Amino acid sequence: MSFPWANEYKPQNAVTKWVDERLPLPRLVYNAVGAGYPVPRNLNYFWNFGVLAGVALVIQIVTGIVLAMHYYASVDGAFNSVEHIMRDVNAGWFIRYAHMNGASFFFIVVYIHIFRGLFYGSYKAPREMIWLLGVVIFLLMMATAFMGYVLPWGQMSFWGAQVITGFFSAIPLVGEPLRQLLLGGFAPDQAALNRFFSLHYLLPFVIAGVIILHIWALHIPGSSNPTGVSVKSEQDTVPFHPYYTAKDGFGLGIFLIAFVAITFFAPNLLGHPDNYIQANPLSTPAHIVPEWYFLPFYAILKAFTVNFAIPFTGIVLIEAKLMGVLAMFGSILLLFFLPWLDTSPVRSGHYRPLFRKFFWYGLIPSIVVLTYCGAQPPYTQWVVLSQIAAAYYFAHFLIILPIVSRIERPLPLPNSITEAVTGKPLQTATA
Amino acid sequence: MVRLIAFLVGVFFSGMLLIGLGDTIIGAIKEPAVPTAEHEFHKMPLAEKFPHDGPFGKYDKGQLQRGLKVYSEVCSACHSLNLVSFRDFAALGYNEDQVKAIAKGWKTEVPSINPETGEPATRPGIPADRIPSPFPNEVAARAANNNALPPDLSLITKARANGPAYVYSLLIGYEDAQPAELLKKFPDAKTPDGLHYNPYFANLNIAMAAPLTADDQVTYDDGTKATKAQMAKDVAAFLTWTAEPKMENRKSAGWAALGFLLIFTVLTWMSYKSIWADKKH
Repeated sequence: MSFPWANEYKPQNAVTKWVDERLPLPRLVYNAVGAGYPVPRNLNYFWNFGVLAGVALVIQIVTGIVLAMHYYASVDGAFNSVEHIMRDVNAGWFIRYAHMNGASFFFIVVYIHIFRGLFYGSYKAPREMIWLLGVVIFLLMMATAFMGYVLPWGQMSFWGAQVITGFFSAIPLVGEPLRQLLLGGFAPDQAALNRFFSLHYLLPFVIAGVIILHIWALHIPGSSNPTGVSVKSEQDTVPFHPYYTAKDGFGLGIFLIAFVAITFFAPNLLGHPDNYIQANPLSTPAHIVPEWYFLPFYAILKAFTVNFAIPFTGIVLIEAKLMGVLAMFGSILLLFFLPWLDTSPVRSGHYRPLFRKFFWYGLIPSIVVLTYCGAQPPYTQWVVLSQIAAAYYFAHFLIILPIVSRIERPLPLPNSITEAVTGKPLQTATA
Repeated sequence: MVRLIAFLVGVFFSGMLLIGLGDTIIGAIKEPAVPTAEHEFHKMPLAEKFPHDGPFGKYDKGQLQRGLKVYSEVCSACHSLNLVSFRDFAALGYNEDQVKAIAKGWKTEVPSINPETGEPATRPGIPADRIPSPFPNEVAARAANNNALPPDLSLITKARANGPAYVYSLLIGYEDAQPAELLKKFPDAKTPDGLHYNPYFANLNIAMAAPLTADDQVTYDDGTKATKAQMAKDVAAFLTWTAEPKMENRKSAGWAALGFLLIFTVLTWMSYKSIWADKKH
């Protein structure tokens, strides 16, 4: 792994030497995120978001552990224990608002990180495994965030849990028993709340584990870069430290300013007022919506309105509800196949004129529309818009992308990263 | 193979969505959505400004004290304030003795037991007590209120969109009769007996009768004229405080954090620039 010109870790004194011979952990860190990791010199700010996602996870774990010290997972006590944290625990309001908005910021940075990968073709050979692990992390994040939102046991917590676990009942035959088995009851109740709390505490550490694999897999081929051209010589790279630690430090400052601005001055902006009402299984909110980061998928779920049936017979093969559920999961699972759907050898969207058009004028608007429509009541205009956008979303990945990769004529690529940056051709190394 | 299966799946999903699209449009043409009275006559909360608005906003303690008076003399007849303790009133500018006096003089006593017989009893409040509920339980609350349940008000301004303005608008938004236009257009949307027309309420008909009925219903200690609008505004401010008692700590900590981060970001930007100074990228 890594490049032959990578700096080598040299223990500076007797102690680090002693440690290095017995457990070379400092060496591992040095090679992973230190001066021993050569990185392309031309990364733009979109490459900050991987590190930021890691920071967001750490914020969530630290604030979450403190919250768990004061939280009480009971259908009678959960809501009030959160208010106890907000009112009586020292700086509890800060810990809780930071955790609540930290989830949103985690998704913001991860979405930008994913779109970076989509545009610059980071999922292509030899980086498929990094991408696959990334999709696994994304799925785990969604599960964790959903279960975390249930814990305060407000109205949206309860009814969100009711809707999401209801997906299982769409499965033919075994659906309803399976749902009851998973919930431990007929509806979300004490049993469900306890297991959600347990899993909500467990999954972040699973995510941390998969992130280690994600970074491990990254260090086999090394980081991609905006040109998509592979690293050819030492001139193309800089050591991660100090070059990218400094740049990531600056990016972290900007991220934290945005995070602090929302957490301290508009902490409930991204939440829903109904979750400040204690859960009441007998009173359904007028309009159940998930957190903003699930809205595109929620819109896809709701966009399927007709059964898949044999015409003129009335025989229904797949009900609309089941199809919505399949499509919703499918919209994420299809990302697993992306490296094999997009067969263009050119990685970066910069050099792919046709791909770029579909990306900016097709994929991005369709996801924006789905996010917006996901929050709207089921009026005709929103249903129509989300059906068009969802149809495009699936067509983009499953139909358009494979065809584009085949017919597109890419722009000429620079010969090397150094040439792209300096305008001068790479000096060939003389032996 | 992957691409063939993907293509078929893509055609299936996108196709079903487009069939659904056609179905939605045909459905909308055949049976256009019927407008409802809620849809056309519901009003968004008035754009009312409060001293605690904005990143520099602070609570006006005089206003919170007036709001507490409105709550204790009007709202507390039906609405509980379960998450607030008497001791919390120190934040409104009352000293320890005043808090004790408020707790002791509260019109509902705190549920307790008789220390000798163990029979249920009540005792006067102390600062450590939560504000006692006006009703012992939900059944009693519904029985006294025509089967409607008066919600707890501790978090009401966070549990409604644009909460403080909503509470204010709702309290002054009662109309004696439904607009004639509404009844003309929606003859079935007549306010049922026992409910009250209020365009700021989601479905226009609220079980609560107008609580603020006349000016000077509450006598303010600080000489402020107790108009209906003034009382509504003061109690809305008070309920903002009950929902978010740590707001001032939050905002001042926020400015400190932003100041720190600004310096941090400038320093990291400078080190980024100097480290990369001789590296074209």
